[in-house]
Amino acid sequence: MACKNCTNCGQPDKIDKIVNKFKGDPTELIHCLQLVQEEQGYISQDAVKKISVSLGVPESDIFSVVTFYSQFTLKPKAQYNIEVCMGTACYVLGADKSIKKFEEKLGIKVGEQTEDNKYALCQSRCLGCCGLAPVISVNGQIHGKVTEDKVDEILSKLK
Amino acid sequence: MTYKELVELREARLKEIDVRFNKNSPNKEIMVCSSTGCKSNHGDAVIKAFEQALKQNNITNVTVGRTGCFGLCALGPIVIVYPEGTFYCRVTEEAAKEIVETHIKNGQVATKYLYDPEVPTQTTKADIDFYKKQHFIARKDSEYINPENILDYVALFGYTALYKAVTEMTPQGVIDEVKLSGLRGRGGAGFTTGVKWELTAKETAKQKYVVCNADEGDPGAFMDRSIVESDPHKLIEAMAIAAYAVGASKGYVYLRAEYPLAGQRLEKAIKDAKKYGFLGKNIFGTDFSFDLTIKFGAGAFVCGEETALMHSLEGKRGEPRNRPPYPAQSGVFKCPTVLNNVETYANITEIIKNGGEWYKQIGMGKSTGTKVFALSGKVRHTGLIELPMGTTLREIIFDIGGGVPNGKKFKAVQIGGPSGACLPEDKLDLPVTYDDLSANGAMMGSGGLIVLDEDSSMVEVAKFFLEFICDESCGKCTPCRIGNKRLLELLNKLLDGKGTMEDIDELEALSHFIKENSLCGLGQTSPNPVLSTLRYFRNEYEDLVKNAGKPKTPKYRINKEKCIGCSACSRACPVKCINGEIRSPFEIDEEKCIGCGTCQRTCKFNAIEKV
Ligand SMILES: Cc1cc2nc3c(=O)[nH]c(=O)nc-3n(C[C@H](O)[C@H](O)[C@H](O)COP(=O)(O)O)c2cc1C
Ligand code: FES
Repeated sequence: MACKNCTNCGQPDKIDKIVNKFKGDPTELIHCLQLVQEEQGYISQDAVKKISVSLGVPESDIFSVVTFYSQFTLKPKAQYNIEVCMGTACYVLGADKSIKKFEEKLGIKVGEQTEDNKYALCQSRCLGCCGLAPVISVNGQIHGKVTEDKVDEILSKLK
Repeated sequence: MTYKELVELREARLKEIDVRFNKNSPNKEIMVCSSTGCKSNHGDAVIKAFEQALKQNNITNVTVGRTGCFGLCALGPIVIVYPEGTFYCRVTEEAAKEIVETHIKNGQVATKYLYDPEVPTQTTKADIDFYKKQHFIARKDSEYINPENILDYVALFGYTALYKAVTEMTPQGVIDEVKLSGLRGRGGAGFTTGVKWELTAKETAKQKYVVCNADEGDPGAFMDRSIVESDPHKLIEAMAIAAYAVGASKGYVYLRAEYPLAGQRLEKAIKDAKKYGFLGKNIFGTDFSFDLTIKFGAGAFVCGEETALMHSLEGKRGEPRNRPPYPAQSGVFKCPTVLNNVETYANITEIIKNGGEWYKQIGMGKSTGTKVFALSGKVRHTGLIELPMGTTLREIIFDIGGGVPNGKKFKAVQIGGPSGACLPEDKLDLPVTYDDLSANGAMMGSGGLIVLDEDSSMVEVAKFFLEFICDESCGKCTPCRIGNKRLLELLNKLLDGKGTMEDIDELEALSHFIKENSLCGLGQTSPNPVLSTLRYFRNEYEDLVKNAGKPKTPKYRINKEKCIGCSACSRACPVKCINGEIRSPFEIDEEKCIGCGTCQRTCKFNAIEKV
């Protein structure tokens, strides 16, 4: 789930609250991480420590889970998270070309983030809207039929 | 909840939504598709526009509602107007105003927004070619149901299958019925569902689980999302029936993280089902109790594999493990577990209502019932289609999908996702059944069908899937982790023009090695895209070696019989290599042609062919 761009990211009391909900239940680790990331936009070192104590899971195990799943990130998220679908349907209809165009326009590569933390560009493996291919999502909001020539228009709306 | 209460609930709701079934109703209802596809096409704004237009015109006998997915997302937002059942496509906010004006006020069909405005007789879903051949079981009734209203589901005989199962049938009776139906898993492997349930039922452990695999990882497939978003109660009811049959009291739905709307809908549905007593303690006054929880995945393809999924459910890394023991003996938290795919469950309620014998009559041979396919790629009509098993690929792609657009030639269809295969033109008459597909090196997978046209390079397609696999391999076993990387390197070498004929043989040998030696289904099937393209399109690999990596530039030729000499191609050609006299056939100078294909896209008479 995308970062809600809250201005109070990382308020410690909120993280404590989430973490305490799952006290002593290691089976809820993934769920707990999801809620923490929804709150903070990423998984901070601090949060990892708190989760470890509350759920009773070693920090090393938490890192191994965080790095296994592509949903989790250890870095703060950008304001606009642009996810270009490179699933089969979208790829066949030219998603690779719009990725190139985004890369050019933003001056970053897939998987990177602009210096000012404004834009992040990543690719996904099917957003489940193949009927609208090629598809992109900006902060979780789906946009359909985004071909290469629509890239400028999309970016102009993300100021 | 007693049976009497269930009937009362159904009849009361049926009266309220009479307009959806009774052609003579004095009222009208405008129902807008509210699934992810149509929502992203501003479906919510369209609902508002309808409400506003009705208000402005002081119309009070027309309501606006939401339905589930019609599977025709590319033409969204989709709107149905009851009682006529008029089916409108591409409904923008502007269109909503027009429909209120033309249809609601003046009683005429707003032809402009029909499925095909040029065929104004196709006004209802049943009239439309795209739906004519379809047969709905798993996706039945979604056009009548507001997915967020449990009463709509009850009105259409919802939860009567569960009632029948827990009060009139023994657990073994349920299992026998499912076995008789011949239903096989829709998640990929096609294991017989009734047998799987029986194995779990035989275990004597006190705690058992039922799990639904809603991880839907195959790119190009979205039927599971559509089912959960459109008809969540169908899944809940089926899981409760499965739990009763195997003796489980707890269930999990493992839902893909990328499907937030499906999550919200399912969460609401579970809450409502608990409220009415379809979930929870002592269901229908029996001693059967069942509770259901959603667990969200976190973005890992391999978690669709059953043992990996169970590790992930337990909050761990989603790594697969060796089988046996199978989940039926040792699954979630080491307890016996039934695990089925969303679409598999979506068939259960109808099987219980109508009997296994009825279900068995649909389909072909050992592949009974229907299958939902997600048709996409280079095809005119994309979307979800549900068909009896055994329908041929040609019927699906050409009769329903409308064939390849822009005058291009069909080249192949990719079926079964990253573990699947590409089948060429001469396999188009293959009936789609589990056995016919596997006999031809393909598999059903989740039912994604991606059509490729003459412009697609099959080696690039194989590379695309291998990149996917390299990203998603969990890394636990060596053949999959390293073997697939090596395959990808070999493909890149060929595509860079540095490959040799020996590399092609190596590609093939290594593929077989990976298949035979990997730990889980991911590695055991990952070389399929390479092997199937090698099997059917080996010449494209060899051309890469011969032409040092450059795919042969395509050449175009004008079919003299079809060309009417309109000169459109000649004017469009960027290098001006097409010449001729107006009204007699034109000709392409092959020396100058750069193979861009502009002429072919321009020609309205399909007179330009690739050679
Ligand atoms: C790599 C891999 C990915 C899979 N992904 C899915 C999936 O996304 N959805 C699914 O239902 N089954 C998936 N499966 C198949 C499951 O392991 C399992 O066979 C299936 O869910 C069983 O349910 P069924 O009998 O109803 O098909 C996958 C298998 C493998 C090896
Ligand atoms: S392949 Fe892009 S949404 Fe499915």
